[in-house]
Formats: sequence, C-alpha cells, structure tokens
Amino acid sequence: MKPVHWLVVAALAGAIWASFAFLSLDLGLLLTADAQALMWKYVASFFPPDLSAEYLARIGHGTLETIAISAIGTALAAVLGVLLALPASGRFGAVARAASRLILNFLRSIPELVWAALMVMAAGLGPFAGTLALAWHTAGVIGRLFAETLENTPPEPALALRLGGSRPALAFLYGTMPNVLPQLIAYSLYRWEINIRMAAILGVVGAGGLGQMLYFSLSLFQQPQAMTVILAMLILVVIVDGASAWLRQHLAN
Amino acid sequence: MSVTLERVSLDYPNGFRAINQASCEISRGERVAIIGPSGAGKTTLLRLLATALRPSGGSLNVMDSDPWRLDRSRLRNLRSRIGMVHQAPPIPPRQRVVTAVLAGRLGQWPAWKSLASLAYPADIRGAEQMLARMEIADKLFERCDRLSGGQLQRVGVARVLYQRPDLILTDEPVSAVDPVLSDRIVGELNREAVARGVTLVASLHAVDLALHWFPRIVGVKAGEIMFDLPPVRVSDAMLKELYASESAQVPTQDNQPLEVQTAGVRRKLMHL
Amino acid sequence: MNHAFRDPAALPRLSLTVLILALLLPGFSLTEFDLAALFDPRSRETMGKFIGTFFPLATSAEFLQLVLKSTLETLAIATAGMALAMLIGAPFALIVTRSLSISRIGPGAGYALGRAARLPARFALILFRSIPEIVWALLFVRAVGLGPAAGVLAIGVTYGGMLGKVYAEILDSGDARPVTALLEAGGGRLPAFVYGMWPVALPELTSYSVYRWECAVRASVIMGFVGAGGLGQQMELSMRMLNGGEISTILLVFLLLVVLADAISAFLRKLTA
Repeated sequence: MKPVHWLVVAALAGAIWASFAFLSLDLGLLLTADAQALMWKYVASFFPPDLSAEYLARIGHGTLETIAISAIGTALAAVLGVLLALPASGRFGAVARAASRLILNFLRSIPELVWAALMVMAAGLGPFAGTLALAWHTAGVIGRLFAETLENTPPEPALALRLGGSRPALAFLYGTMPNVLPQLIAYSLYRWEINIRMAAILGVVGAGGLGQMLYFSLSLFQQPQAMTVILAMLILVVIVDGASAWLRQHLAN
Repeated sequence: MSVTLERVSLDYPNGFRAINQASCEISRGERVAIIGPSGAGKTTLLRLLATALRPSGGSLNVMDSDPWRLDRSRLRNLRSRIGMVHQAPPIPPRQRVVTAVLAGRLGQWPAWKSLASLAYPADIRGAEQMLARMEIADKLFERCDRLSGGQLQRVGVARVLYQRPDLILTDEPVSAVDPVLSDRIVGELNREAVARGVTLVASLHAVDLALHWFPRIVGVKAGEIMFDLPPVRVSDAMLKELYASESAQVPTQDNQPLEVQTAGVRRKLMHL
Repeated sequence: MNHAFRDPAALPRLSLTVLILALLLPGFSLTEFDLAALFDPRSRETMGKFIGTFFPLATSAEFLQLVLKSTLETLAIATAGMALAMLIGAPFALIVTRSLSISRIGPGAGYALGRAARLPARFALILFRSIPEIVWALLFVRAVGLGPAAGVLAIGVTYGGMLGKVYAEILDSGDARPVTALLEAGGGRLPAFVYGMWPVALPELTSYSVYRWECAVRASVIMGFVGAGGLGQQMELSMRMLNGGEISTILLVFLLLVVLADAISAFLRKLTA
C-alpha cells in the first residue's frame, strides 16, 4: 500500500476514535452484567407477540392504511411531478425551467420523514399527513426524472403535428406522450414499492399506518403489541418484494 | 397562386447557404416533382414551403399569405391546410396506426374531439379508408413499431391523405418501398391531387418515377434551381449534369439505365 | 374485407381503468383525505403564521453554535455507527461467504453441517437489515435512553446486516481459486482470507462502505427525530416549539451536510479505486 493509503487509514481510525470520544460513548457500559440483564429483560418482554383476533384486526386496518397512504401519495406525486416536469424540461422558457427545477430540488431534498413531521403540523396527526409527505417528496423525485426523460425524447413527432396545424398541447399528447408514458408508469410503480416501506415508517412521527401503531405501543410500554406490529411490517415488506419480483418476471414474458 | 418563391435564400446558423436565390411559381392544382442529388436542398426547399423554416432572404408566399407575417392562430390555420409527408415518418413507435392516421386532422378538430379520440378513436372508418388506399388496411390497430419501414412510410402518407390538405408536400415518400408498390403510391398521390384539385409538390430520388407521373420537373443542385420544365423537355445532358457529383448514372427505381423510347417519350425499360 | 370497426383495445383499457379506480377510491377514505381541512380558515391562519416564522432564518450565535454541535454529533453518530456496523458485518460475512467454506471443498461429512451453520448467520443478517433503522432506533431509545447511543447502536445493527450481506457477496464474486488453494494446503480460514481475498476485494469493499457511510449520515438525522441525537433531534425540538426560523436553518444545514458527505464519499472512493 502506498504511503498515502496509510495516511488515509490513520485518518479514518482517528475519525472513528474522535467520534466515540465526542459522543462520550462508553459502549463498555453496555457489556456489564447489570446492563445485559436489563437488556434481556427488555427483549423478553416482547414475546409472545399479541396475536388476539381483536388486535390482528387492528393490524389489518393499519396495514391497509399503510398501503393506501403509499398508493394515494404516489398517485398524487405522479400528477404533480408531471405538471412540474413540463416547465422543468424547458418547454416554457428558461425562467420557468429554472424556477420549476428549484421547486423539484427543494421537494426531493427534504427527506420523507421531515416532510411527515411538517405535514403533521399542517394537517394534524394521522394518515393524511403521511400521504401528503410522500406526495411532496416523491413528486420531486418523479418530476426530476420525468423532466430529464422529456428533454431526451425526440421532438420530431410533435413538431410534425404542429406543422399540420395542431395546437402545441395536443401535439405533445399525440407526439411526445406515447414515447414517455411507459417509462413514467414503470418508474411510478417502482416508487410506489419504495413508498410502501416508507409509509410504514412515517407513522413514527404521527403520520398514520403501522408506524403510528408501533410508536404508540412502545410509548405505552405495550411490548407484545409492538412486536406484532414489527412482524406485520416484516411480512408486508416480504410480500411486496415477492409480488414485485413476480410481476417483473410476468411482464417480461 | 398556390406557392410563390421570389429569390428565396436560406442560410443555416453556421453560415452555410442551403438555398440560393430560388424563384418559382406554382399554381393551385399543379403537380410538381423535385429531383436532384443528395444534399442539393430538396428537403430544405420542401420545409420552406411547409413553413417549418423561415427564409433568410427573398419573399415566400404560401396560399396567398406570407406565413411569417401571420399571427399564431392564422398560422395554425394555414398549416392545417398544408400536409407534409416526411421521409422518416415522425410517429412515436408505440402509437397505434389508427391514432397516427387520425392525428392528421388535429389541426381541424376541436380540442375536445382530439382529446376524446385518445381514449377511443373518433373516426375508425375514415382511417381505414386511407389505409386501404395505401394497401395496408389490415394494420389498422397494429402498433407502429411492429411495421416495416415501407409500411410505416405508407402510414405517413395515409395521415396526410386523411388530413385532406390544399397543398400536399412529400419528401421522398417511397424511399423504403419496393418499386412496384412505389409506383402505385405515387400514382395514388397524383390521383388525390387531381381528384380534389389540390397542389402536389413531391421530391423524389428515382428520376423515372418523377418523369412518368409529373407534368413539371424542377431540378435542384447545390441549393439552386437548375431547371423547371415539363418532362419531354428534360434532356439526358441536363440530368447527367444534375447528378454529376453523385454518380455516373442517373438514379432510377431499380438502377436500370434510363432509355428514350421511339415516340420521344421517356420511359424506363420495362423488363418482362 | 370484413372489418369490425371496433377498437379492440377499448375493453381492456376500460377494465383496467375501472379496476385502478376501484382500488384507489377506498384509499381516499382510508387515508382520511381531506383537502378542505388544509384550507379551513382557522388552520389557514395558524399555518400562515407558522409559515411566516420560517423567514428570516434563525441566525443567533447561540443557536448556530447549537446547530454546529448537533451537526458534529450527527457526523460522529454516522462514523461510530459505521465502525460498529463493520465490526458486526465483517465476521458475519466471513462466516456466510461460501468461498471460505472449508467443508465445501473438504471431505463430504462436514458439508451439511457447514450449510446448517451458515443458515442462522444469514437469517440474523436478514433480520438486522429488514427492520427499518428507525424502528431499531425507537427500540434502543427505550432500552438505553435518549441520545446518540441509541443512534449509534441502531446504525450498527441495521447497517451491520447490510454490510454483512454485501461483503459476503463481494467476496463470493471474486476468484475463489487462490483461497481454495490455500485452504486445501491446510491453511486456516483467516490466513486464507488475508492472503487470498483481501487484496483483490478491498477496492469494492471500501467503495461500498464509504457509500454506506454517506447513507448513514442521512439516516442519523432521520433517527434523531425519535430521540437518537444529532441534527434530527434538534429539528424535532424546534418543530415542537413551532419555531420556523430554526427549522429553516437546520434544513439548510442538513442540505449542506448531505452535499458535504457526498463530496467526502466521492473523494474517498476515488482515492481507493
């Protein structure tokens, strides 16, 4: 290894040591017998999970709520994203392009969870806040991607239609949209998959779904109920992964 | 007057002069063929007539208007009466043939009808009729990316036929179509022009097609109009000089040499 | 020719549209979708006042110092968390990777046992990374209290799971022959790894680890929302106080932090490529 590599290794080691020192972390405390006993007691309190019919029904509702949050949120994001992508691709001039790109960057730079906390303040606790949070953030992501797709798509079909006397908007729908629509749909579905996982988490700040159930049960020291929620989250992720893999294979054929 | 060019020039941004002082008058109902080597400016000339390009000099009049003096809605109106068949059909691959053909009347339909047609085609019968004239009626609901190059070109022509314009411009409309079919397509375009009394301006690569079907031949070379004559007056020497830069032989549909028949009328040698 | 002048695509399209609407419409009631609530006069007034507080940004020296400390805390949480993650992930990776399996190449008896031992390790890794880091953070906050310790542990566990899986994949995708030769000659697993695999796999391992560190920086801020320290916890406090100016400042700092982390990550990856 070159001397510069040794320098980097030393710097990294130093950074790691400094981090632990800065945080005054003494992870050794965790390894004492007392701490271990406490941790085991805490872990044990999660079992067995609450599998009563009544609670499972609430979990079912929470899961449906989570899925609904992700679906509506992604759908709204697709619409808003497309609307912003049109000026962002330069169709309406340089000023509109710069302004809409700024908005899109703003929307997607703020993490979903921060949006969720902000929306809880605006719309109150519950799934509506989660839906709006996903809508804002995902609109930024989809809008940015769609703007780039639009910029790279051939302009000839739409131009030819305009030469035949068509209005610009209709030329866009007939000449450009067919080229970009499949990509838009595929990417929106992909984001929906990601958003299902997100929707489950956002509830932790009060934005509905399984996350909110988890936060409440932990706050109320109801570990068995919390365990059930965690299991539900895991199962949801596994099913979504499996379904999307199956769909992809199915559509490819 | 359908089209008037008076010393029209076109310069590209890099300074290259694509069209140099071209003058030409075409009356309503005339059928004109434009021939010349590649890069001569045939496409550019057509695009000038289609109001796609703005002349750098001279004056251009299309159907009694200077297109570049018109306001947006009048220009749109003018353009809806001009139908251009492009050499490479500008049709999105995933679009279906029926929608591509119906798009010809986007300039004429009210907005709601155009929108509704996206959900359910507004005039399937009309589209089918045009496709039948191009001998591909069976492809009505097919996706355009499933067609061959020649079939796609015919869809492009069908679109313009459906548009029913007063000025038909075609840029090498049969370059990807086999010779026998090409002859029928060019024939169909000519019949359309005669039947409706509208103007047809076609640029063609195969000289024999041009000489056979069109009563007026315009030869273009290096951005200038070299001659503008009826076919009987177009001599061998003129053609040789026109295509001198490109090849020793004047281009025809199946690359057989052009022959003069005893009656003095030019026909390609028919090999039976 | 006999044509059915009906669009064959019409029925499938219509059915699909109806299906999608049927699935989406109940979603609106499930999500308690109520745009009117956003616009009712009282909430508009509160919202308006709140949005008004976003500008100007809070720039008092005292607050900026607090933000600086929180930023450093976030970086420290990410770095310490990644260190822990590597400590957890590396051994798991060595267990899980097939290339280092002696039973794979040796006498048949050990083979089934080897596979059986790898399975629990795989399962543990999946468990670690499938539970979202914020859930781990919540759990650790309850276990060890509010503050950065919970964040470090949460990142350690979640990212340990990710690193374990990806390290194993990187090791598996490399050329197994040098290692196999060393194992066949009787060498132990660790020497075989150090001499047979490490040099070749190092660039990819480093690249992925640095990329994960960048993700850890963002994750640390998010976890702060549930009390795991750093900028996130600071932002949560400002939100509770409805102090828009402070939120704006922290948001700006967060964006700058992400850019910084991205730059450091790109630099380190170029260095070790």
